[in-house]
Amino acid sequence: MADRIRIENVSKWFGQFQALKNVSLSVQEREVVMIIGPSGSGKSTLLRCINRLETVDSGRIFIDNDEVTNPRVDIRKIREESGMVFQSFNLFPHLTVLENITLAPIHVLGISKAKAKEEAYQLLERVGLKDKAHSHPSQLSGGQQQRVAIARALAMKPKVMLFDEPTSALDPEMVGEVLLVIRDLAKDGMTMVIVTHEMGFAREVGDRVVFMDEGQIIEQNEPDQLFDHPQHKRTQAFLSKVL
Amino acid sequence: MAPIKQSYDAILIPGESSLQRIAWNVAFWGALATLIILPIVKPTPYREIIAFFPDGLFVTFQVTLLSIVFALLLGFLAVLARMSRIGFLNIIASLYTEVIRGIPLLVQIFYIYYVVARLIQLPPMVSAVMAMAICYGAYIAEILRGGIQSISRGQMEAAIALGLSRWQAIRLVIFPQTMKVVLPPIGNEFIALLKDSSLVSIIAVIDIFRRAREYASVKYYYFESYTMVALVYLVLTLFFSKLINLLERRLHHGR
Repeated sequence: MADRIRIENVSKWFGQFQALKNVSLSVQEREVVMIIGPSGSGKSTLLRCINRLETVDSGRIFIDNDEVTNPRVDIRKIREESGMVFQSFNLFPHLTVLENITLAPIHVLGISKAKAKEEAYQLLERVGLKDKAHSHPSQLSGGQQQRVAIARALAMKPKVMLFDEPTSALDPEMVGEVLLVIRDLAKDGMTMVIVTHEMGFAREVGDRVVFMDEGQIIEQNEPDQLFDHPQHKRTQAFLSKVL
Repeated sequence: MAPIKQSYDAILIPGESSLQRIAWNVAFWGALATLIILPIVKPTPYREIIAFFPDGLFVTFQVTLLSIVFALLLGFLAVLARMSRIGFLNIIASLYTEVIRGIPLLVQIFYIYYVVARLIQLPPMVSAVMAMAICYGAYIAEILRGGIQSISRGQMEAAIALGLSRWQAIRLVIFPQTMKVVLPPIGNEFIALLKDSSLVSIIAVIDIFRRAREYASVKYYYFESYTMVALVYLVLTLFFSKLINLLERRLHHGR
């Protein structure tokens, strides 16, 4: 199978602090990769480099052979290929749920309002929020907001979906509904990279789990292998704390 | 459902309370009633003074409205320059706000009227509007900047992650949210500008305050003239502040 995302020897500094140390990782088509690790380990930074919300200091990243890290490449084209879901939802509060979803298809892809609406309703149905189309984000629960955020990203028909701790800002009782939507996406064969603290979810839905610490990939393996037989001491230490 | 009774201990200044509304009503209706009753019970000099005001009041409105329109335009341009990635524009805009906010408005009015207007012929009215617009434009630029910075960084990130260009994100996501935040402070600037427009009476613009001064100096009714003009300003500013209040509440309600 072809590589959807290829990360080659990426390093990233924030001032004196090296957030990523020579990280390489490939994600295949239809694969779901879970990234776990302690906070400050560079998980989110790596994810944000994939659609260039952060620029890398060295190394290269490709999505389907388009180089994300090449400054000459039109980054908007690449951002259209990847959908991003944030920890804090980041819905646009001045727009309705429907408008949140149709904004980018209308203004970036240039499709008609009617068509964008029609597709938005389908997506809302998929995340179980069709009746909330005309609500504003502030009228929704956290779980509902995150499901809208997922629908909003899907509306651009991305080739890959990037999730940055999608359930970390949620009340515990709302985590399940969001994970259910992501699980559905995995079933449909969406290529996904998910930074998460939900170990049970990572194990169940992930095709592969990557453990990061101090800006490096320490260990990666199939979920059962990594959780049951961690090879590296740091992985063992981390898992013994969180499981 | 009964409203939740909150303990007074933790509240420093009671909010939108009935007490505040009473103060507004006393000031507004009191001033308005005085303005109406005095000319009736004592036509000389009060009716004469009131008769002196209308063309001055018209000029005051003219200066205020023209100034606020150009000030908004300047403030908007300045904040666009502040957001641009062209360093030169950025410096120019910062320089503008820093310099202008550091010089008293009265000095600026004199400067434009006596220095700039000597180089290129400008009627007093144009000098006045120029000075007010340049000065208030700097304050409005700062308000807009603060409003834009109050929008969380995640909004911009979400917008560009969806493939929007920087300008599309600013136009479709950031500005509409900023407008809600900046409306009340810009309303306050409008009221401040209305009051400060009285300064232009010094450079031969015949506004309402100039008319009051003219009447006072000719007829020696200083107390009466200045009382009346103060009441007119008071009624106007109280009226507009109420209007802005209502507008603000509606804006928050429609969310």
